[in-house]
Amino acid sequence: MKRLITLNVNGRQHEVAIEPRQSLLQVLREELHYTGTKEGCSEGECGACTVILDGQTVDSCLIFGLEAAGREVMTIEGLGADDALHPVQQAFVDHGGAQCGFCTPGMILAAKALLEQNPNPTDEEIRWGISGNLCRCTGYVKIVEAIKAAAAAMQT
Amino acid sequence: MKNFEYFAPASVSEAVGYLQQYSGAARVLAGGTDLFLRMRHRALMPDVIIDIKRIPELSDLHYNPEHGLYIGAAVTHAGVVADADVQQHYGALAEAASWVGSRQTRNRGTVVGNLCNASPAADTAPALLAYRASVAIAGPNGTREVDLDAFFQGPGQTVLDAAEIVTGLTLPPRQGNQGWGFFRRTRTAIDIALVSSCAVMTSTNGVCDQVSIGLGAVAPTPIRASQAERVLQGQQPTAELVQTAGQTAAAECSPISDVRCSGDYRKSMVEVLTRRCVQSALSMLHLL
Repeated sequence: MKRLITLNVNGRQHEVAIEPRQSLLQVLREELHYTGTKEGCSEGECGACTVILDGQTVDSCLIFGLEAAGREVMTIEGLGADDALHPVQQAFVDHGGAQCGFCTPGMILAAKALLEQNPNPTDEEIRWGISGNLCRCTGYVKIVEAIKAAAAAMQT
Repeated sequence: MKNFEYFAPASVSEAVGYLQQYSGAARVLAGGTDLFLRMRHRALMPDVIIDIKRIPELSDLHYNPEHGLYIGAAVTHAGVVADADVQQHYGALAEAASWVGSRQTRNRGTVVGNLCNASPAADTAPALLAYRASVAIAGPNGTREVDLDAFFQGPGQTVLDAAEIVTGLTLPPRQGNQGWGFFRRTRTAIDIALVSSCAVMTSTNGVCDQVSIGLGAVAPTPIRASQAERVLQGQQPTAELVQTAGQTAAAECSPISDVRCSGDYRKSMVEVLTRRCVQSALSMLHLL
């Protein structure tokens, strides 16, 4: 039996009828069509489904949509704009931080959250900070470089 | 996943009421990082989910020098790691909690929920055992308190009855000079611990007072290495005693071999990690 919930995504209020078993990831992608967030493993291991819920990065594949009722969610679509990318997004573009791009939305949100908590991280701190986000393509080197560059850009 | 009825009670008694009403067919949902997966894999198929996150007192995390530290059942690992009082007075717990899963998991998963899953490898368990934590339980017959070292019964098993819920953990107040050490072996950042050890020690006039050593992933439950503790208790610490404590801890545990590593490796690591934990604690106490 479906339940009606209200959920704020990227600043917009959404009213949606969902089944209890639907994950936040499913609600975002299938009901609300925010397909930027990806399903990588559905095990809470890869971080491709990372969104920011009430200010914290979470794996949306492990959260029931009902748990997010009345809460605020930011997906990758909520970061920056086409003509004004967030510094993290711009750095990924400039430094080649994406190859296939599948991990990228989650990776960028994880990086954004990391830099908000630690504006000047060392390489090691960056690696720990994104350790919940797996990338099968890049080997992480350019991702770390991009995040370092973003940190520098955000400090000026 | 099988569909279910979802309740988000506003009080502990309401939650217990639901557990009683739906006995056996209901599950408590805290962070959901374990429960969601079990439901997805159909290892558990509850008819009813009771979300406890909207019960205000369960989000309580507070410390005072008289009563110690209280961790409500809905407090996340991230909450514990970031708390200034935990960092200052229960450093081993902040360290242990920072190892649980990934940032994303720590932002949702709760310390209490993790303990209720009773994995022998639970990261915070050795630290909570070393801090001599106790578990507050509420049920249809009222409330009770159980020491953490009596809470675990086996892999995945605790002393909780069907209609009982853990409401929080209490850690006794710090007694004077305290040192700690926490070490863990793991494959990568977000993997389950292969073996972990934690020592928390107090001292007076160069002699070890209270010595508590918790071990993880080397027995059917997280355990206290009580014989290793006795090696150091009441003694003036020496390098030799530290060595003996490590060896004793290794002898006390009964690790299995599994996909992650062999029992022999775990036993060897218990000796090494316990020695390092004790060294770390002693160095914080400025002894040795």
